[in-house]
Amino acid sequence: MIQVTDLVKRYKGADRNAVDGISFEVRPGEFFALLGPNGAGKTTSISILTTILAPTAGTATIDGFDIAGQSSEVRQRVGIIFQRPSLDRNLTGEENVRFHAILYGVYPYAPAYAVMPADYRDEVSRLAGIVGLGEEVFKPIRTYSGGMARKLEIVRSLIHRPKVLFLDEPTAGLDPPSRRSLWSYLRDVRRETNTTILLTTHYLEEAEDADRICIIDRGQVVTLGTPDQIKADLVEEYLLVDAPSARAQLRAEMAERKLRHSGDGPFRIELDGQSTHRLLKEIDTPLTMVQTHMPTLEDAYLDIIGRGEAEAEEATANG
Amino acid sequence: MAEATATPQASAQSQRSGPMRELSAILAIAQRDLTKLLRDRTRLIADLAFPIIFIGILAPLLQASFGGGQVQLVPFIFTGVLAQTIWQSAAMGVISLIEDRENDFSQEIFVSPISRYSIIFGKILGESLVALPQGAAITAFAWLIGVPMSIATVLILLPVALVITLFGGAFGVIVLSRLPNRRAAQQIFPFIMLPQFFLAGVFNPLNNLPLPLDILSRISPMRYAVDLLRDVYSTFQPGPNVVPVAPATTNLLVIGAEFVVFLAVGTVLFVRAERNR
Repeated sequence: MIQVTDLVKRYKGADRNAVDGISFEVRPGEFFALLGPNGAGKTTSISILTTILAPTAGTATIDGFDIAGQSSEVRQRVGIIFQRPSLDRNLTGEENVRFHAILYGVYPYAPAYAVMPADYRDEVSRLAGIVGLGEEVFKPIRTYSGGMARKLEIVRSLIHRPKVLFLDEPTAGLDPPSRRSLWSYLRDVRRETNTTILLTTHYLEEAEDADRICIIDRGQVVTLGTPDQIKADLVEEYLLVDAPSARAQLRAEMAERKLRHSGDGPFRIELDGQSTHRLLKEIDTPLTMVQTHMPTLEDAYLDIIGRGEAEAEEATANG
Repeated sequence: MAEATATPQASAQSQRSGPMRELSAILAIAQRDLTKLLRDRTRLIADLAFPIIFIGILAPLLQASFGGGQVQLVPFIFTGVLAQTIWQSAAMGVISLIEDRENDFSQEIFVSPISRYSIIFGKILGESLVALPQGAAITAFAWLIGVPMSIATVLILLPVALVITLFGGAFGVIVLSRLPNRRAAQQIFPFIMLPQFFLAGVFNPLNNLPLPLDILSRISPMRYAVDLLRDVYSTFQPGPNVVPVAPATTNLLVIGAEFVVFLAVGTVLFVRAERNR
């Protein structure tokens, strides 16, 4: 559904690439998360994929259409929810949706809700129902809370039945209950419309619901896979052991048992999926020190962020 | 309906394309501007303050101080202010796309599949429709204070006003394409609008101008809007009060040529600035 190949973007006057040669592919119907710290290049990537921004190099296609050469076809097939709300605050919720539907050619122009086709009116109430807006869809945007505005944006982005829905940090600025309900109605939207979803976030726990996660940092792909694969890939579990008076014996024993190890004391033994208990039972040398190192996925992710923090700071200024 | 939306295959069928969709989009964008105006009552009133002060206060004051007796300044200034107000209103309205860019609504418009020309043209049409009621109010005020006006004059002024507002909108596009943000739009206003008040001859006749001012006056796009309106007004209300500089055909030709150039160049520059950041 989405194919990205060696995408590069360097903003005018910037001295580094905001997106630095990323490649990935998203399958039809997939829930795909782009995870990374601020300034990693998530918004830039989404802007390029939705044809808002021209890439410096590389190619991408959406549903087989090239984002550079066939931007009109691409726009017709994608829905976007921007990081910052992009609703017209002078209009009501439904007027925003209607404006969108007409711009996307779903329905011809009509001057008022009452004279729009019945199809449209049914669709608005159906979508408003899915996200839990109900009749509030007819109220002015000025009266909306942040959570309601997000819900309306989802209704609006689905009215032209996009094949891919892009969400750029959709929970930014929402309180915890609104966040939770956003995920539940995104699940409902997927179930009922079979839409491919690509979202960006810098919260790991939000990405964990995705079918696959692509972690990017400083414009490059760090890792890509299912949440379980990523965990296996990123999280290094090991034991730190030592026996200062019998290091030679310990080294020989580890070699004999074929335990993957490193260091000259203390020694680091990779767990490779075994339990700590089993591993320790294999060692007869009296150990004076045993430390377990078992980071969570969160730790591993924070580690990646930490490495890129200095550069990220700088990149945030460039958007 | 539920069956149709359940499968993504059905999605492409309902999409229309081609000129009808572009026309629909233009109307929707135009209607949005009109809706905004109608919901903003303070703006409705505020926009009329300057024209009414110019026609109701400035013109009679000038008349009392400098008026030569047989020439009446009020009709002259009314025709100038009417053209200036609607031309400028349409131009500034189009420049307000900058505000949309700042509150992120422009992303919503610019990511839609319709042509960039339709977006800009819809915006011009919308801002023209916003300017016309202002023009009507100014005309009504002028009639109330005794500016000579027949029904025929009022009727013929309507299409003329539409030409002027579309022209103003196109001027807005070319200004917009060179502006980075709203602050710049406010700062540039004294340079691009205020001088034109005088160079276009809104209050003053453009007779015997020194060469530098004559050149600037001919460059000023507003001049042709003002003069076209005076052409038409003086044809229907002949007299010594309102004397245009050039015939209507000349003014229309300049307006037509500048409209096309402003619109085409402005749109290309604006779209390129949006995408290549």
